[in-house]
Amino acid sequence: MSYSTPHIWSIIILLGIGSFLIRFSFLGLVGGRKLPDWALRLLRYTPVAVLPGLTAPLVLFPAATGGSPDGPRMAATIVTLVVGLTTRNVLAAILSGAGTLAIGLWLFG
Amino acid sequence: MDQISTRAAYWNGFRAGAPFLLVIVPFGMVFGVIATEAGFNIAEVMGFSVLVIAGAAQLAAVQLMTENAPTLVILATALAVNLRMAMYSAAMAPHLGSAPFWTRGFMAYFLVDQSYGVSAIEFENRPDMSIAAKTAFFFGSITPVCFPWYLATWAGAVLGASFPSGLGLDFAVPITFLAIIAPMLRTAAHVAAAITSVVLALGLAFLPYNLGLLLAAGCAMAVGAWVEHLMARRRAA
Repeated sequence: MSYSTPHIWSIIILLGIGSFLIRFSFLGLVGGRKLPDWALRLLRYTPVAVLPGLTAPLVLFPAATGGSPDGPRMAATIVTLVVGLTTRNVLAAILSGAGTLAIGLWLFG
Repeated sequence: MDQISTRAAYWNGFRAGAPFLLVIVPFGMVFGVIATEAGFNIAEVMGFSVLVIAGAAQLAAVQLMTENAPTLVILATALAVNLRMAMYSAAMAPHLGSAPFWTRGFMAYFLVDQSYGVSAIEFENRPDMSIAAKTAFFFGSITPVCFPWYLATWAGAVLGASFPSGLGLDFAVPITFLAIIAPMLRTAAHVAAAITSVVLALGLAFLPYNLGLLLAAGCAMAVGAWVEHLMARRRAA
């Protein structure tokens, strides 16, 4: 990471202001107005549209191995996804994924 | 249902929010550890959790900053993750919109997944609640969510600073994102959006400044909305 301290703080503060304005939008400024259906439909998919694309390269080309996928990290990926899908529990998915990675690195690392 | 006192409403909200402690505390700690390992100091880590107060967006920003992405791309990507909150704001406006301006400001700051989720259900089930009771319920629901969020972030940052680097923590970011994403894949539309996001982000990775991700996200939103529309039409037919 090569940002100066003022640069880091401007990013944090601008993110804070932006997040607040998104939250304040209807509650504060245009209260009472309703969102059109198409807008609601788009907004529903924002997290699931951004996060998978951000995650895929991290999973396929892990920085720690110089970018080549390895067994322990692949196993951790699969276990996290399967536990997350079946239990719908974020914490259970993180713990089982991290556990799989730890065991994998211990056995094959 | 009789009008409930604001005091009772506050504690109803508190009880509704309390179970999220089990998620908030570990997630806040995970963010604190990851951000510290990425090179942020405790003040900056706390700055994220206090000012942005949205875990997934904070983590997205931290990840992009470790990739030295341009400022505008970081802001656009992290704020895109938070765009869903405009939907929460619109859903809360009919219930809380008549509260005083400053109160609405504070409620907006504290409008997170959890307070929206429990308040939407409560206000739906008890339409006769007064605005004072609704406001009290809302602030009750964030009490066991947002304050533990700050504390857990701080604990994670302190913990992260004491870890030696190179503990395989590099993979904590993708594991956390995967754990957030998997439970979101509830419908065909969500799955279609996620697949579009992955395929296009990888395919457009050659674009400079991490712009591929933003393009992928835009298309994925449209695909999600379009599949939902198709499914609704098929159900109607």
